[in-house]
Amino acid sequence: MARYIASKFFFTLVSLFVLISLTFFLMKIIPGDPFMSEKAIQPQIKARLMAQYGLDQPIPVQYVRYLGNIIQGDLGVSMRYQNQDVTGRIAQTFQPSLQIGIFAIIISIIVGIVLGMIAALYHRKLIDHIAMVLAIIGIAVPSFVLATLIQYVFALKLGWFDVMGFSKPSDFVLPVVALAVQPIAFIARLTRSSMLEVLNSEYIKTAKAKGLNGFTIMTRHVLRNGVLPVVTYVGPMTANVITGSVVIEQIFGIGGIGKVFVESITNRDYTMIMGVTIFYGVILMLARFVTDILYVLVDPRIKLTGKKGA
Amino acid sequence: MAANEKKTPNPTTADVTIDPTTQQKSMSLLQDAMYRLVRNPVAMISLGVLLVIIIMALAGPHMVPYNYYSNDLMNTNKPPSAEHWFGTDNLGRDMWVRTWSGAQISLLVGFSAALIDLIIGVIYGAIMGYKGGRTDEVMNKISEILYSIPYLLVVILLLVVMEPGLKTIIFALAVTGWITMAWIVRGEIIQLKNRDFILAARSMGVGAGRQLFRHLLPNALGPIIVTVTLSVPNAIFAEAFLSFLGLGVQAPISSLGSMINDALQGWNLYPWRMWFPAGLICLTMLAFNLLGDGLRDALDPKLKK
Repeated sequence: MARYIASKFFFTLVSLFVLISLTFFLMKIIPGDPFMSEKAIQPQIKARLMAQYGLDQPIPVQYVRYLGNIIQGDLGVSMRYQNQDVTGRIAQTFQPSLQIGIFAIIISIIVGIVLGMIAALYHRKLIDHIAMVLAIIGIAVPSFVLATLIQYVFALKLGWFDVMGFSKPSDFVLPVVALAVQPIAFIARLTRSSMLEVLNSEYIKTAKAKGLNGFTIMTRHVLRNGVLPVVTYVGPMTANVITGSVVIEQIFGIGGIGKVFVESITNRDYTMIMGVTIFYGVILMLARFVTDILYVLVDPRIKLTGKKGA
Repeated sequence: MAANEKKTPNPTTADVTIDPTTQQKSMSLLQDAMYRLVRNPVAMISLGVLLVIIIMALAGPHMVPYNYYSNDLMNTNKPPSAEHWFGTDNLGRDMWVRTWSGAQISLLVGFSAALIDLIIGVIYGAIMGYKGGRTDEVMNKISEILYSIPYLLVVILLLVVMEPGLKTIIFALAVTGWITMAWIVRGEIIQLKNRDFILAARSMGVGAGRQLFRHLLPNALGPIIVTVTLSVPNAIFAEAFLSFLGLGVQAPISSLGSMINDALQGWNLYPWRMWFPAGLICLTMLAFNLLGDGLRDALDPKLKK
């Protein structure tokens, strides 16, 4: 187990290193320097600024320094707002993003599993069909379209919620729903198909033959095995929620990291874009890492010796 | 009878006989799948909807005497009417033309990205699966590392650095999108390559390329088709998402994503500016997803629940 965790951890580090290197070299491709926006800056001052940020050094030196800074959690200084460092800005805006993200993930898992279970139990009945039609619509409708739609219906037309803003608990509802619908649909489909497989398996027949009651069979046998594949979806779901939050914060006017990301894209604030990208990358890769570990913990059938457990 | 016939071909004629049989088998498999697909109403309706969308995307902009870029500041934000079937936007541009030419962009991005994914994915996956051993291990690790980097982040990075535009989007999506296809092809080829008909082909000196393209890949066609079909809506979504963020095709070229973003400003007053592009993109994505599901059921009846 320790070896498995170590190898997965090492793999995560390598992926992270690739992403960081990619951001660094892409940043170097961009023509010009961070101080181009300043009007008529004196050459001497510019040279001093360049030296201050280490931009006069050869690229390999800069690269090593960049890596060193990132290890220490320093993602550099915003190109647009010179007195603002990227790490600080991320720390400031992290909270609302984290809140809606975690809410969305919890709700997705609960609602998705329940929906998938109901669909599987009523296989080929009306409820099953309705649930699966809803699921395919949930998968097909892009989150930003869904967000604008529910904003229109529930905030603009019905007036149940504020259109924008993020100050009171009811402001959570629409963004979290917009983020959760797609993961709910995926989880419901996953749960349904794996539950169907479990329900048709020999050991469930055995359990029924033993005369166990429906509730025990459901909780002890079907649920435990039927929900396993959902664990594999934790990584992709995190990715989904993060990319979704980028546009959803924009639509609902939430001052989170997603909004910072969009702003820095609009302003071409390169260091900020790179910083947020790396930050997102770290979160996603951690989520994948945790998924890999969880999966082995919950499914004893996976052999740790075979490294290529897909 | 059949058993007798199987025994008769001697090694010299086997070369001639194997080819047609495998080909015939793959043909009948496809025909079989077609038969199942045609009998699936959801998939057929999706296919019909997609055909209509494709035709309208091509013909729609030419059905009215407007273009996608000319401003008409006397007629801004007009609701749908006999003159402007989908109304006009904040610059007085005809929404009918802009919606369908936006659909053109979506479909172009979707199909080109899927095609490039197909080419790179099949080649990479075929090499991994066929070579096996060390090559497979190294190439697989590389693809796993690439896959672990969130693709939308890479696409955003590339778009920020490179010149914005259609080619850049397709390039960025293709760079990141082929990995799933490569894994599918690899898995199929590993499964197939030790089957008797491949061993027979190999023992008769059939070269690697011919083995792959005549024998292995045709037998992996089902999963490949399903993966391509499902990668089209992914690319369409990515383009709309990026255009929504302002990273997609540049104005005045219309894209469904940027039209939705533009419509956000006047949502309450001019909802039709939202309904048409948003509805069209949902319909397109839905139809591709349903068709993909239908194809999966048709090509792989074992999976059907």
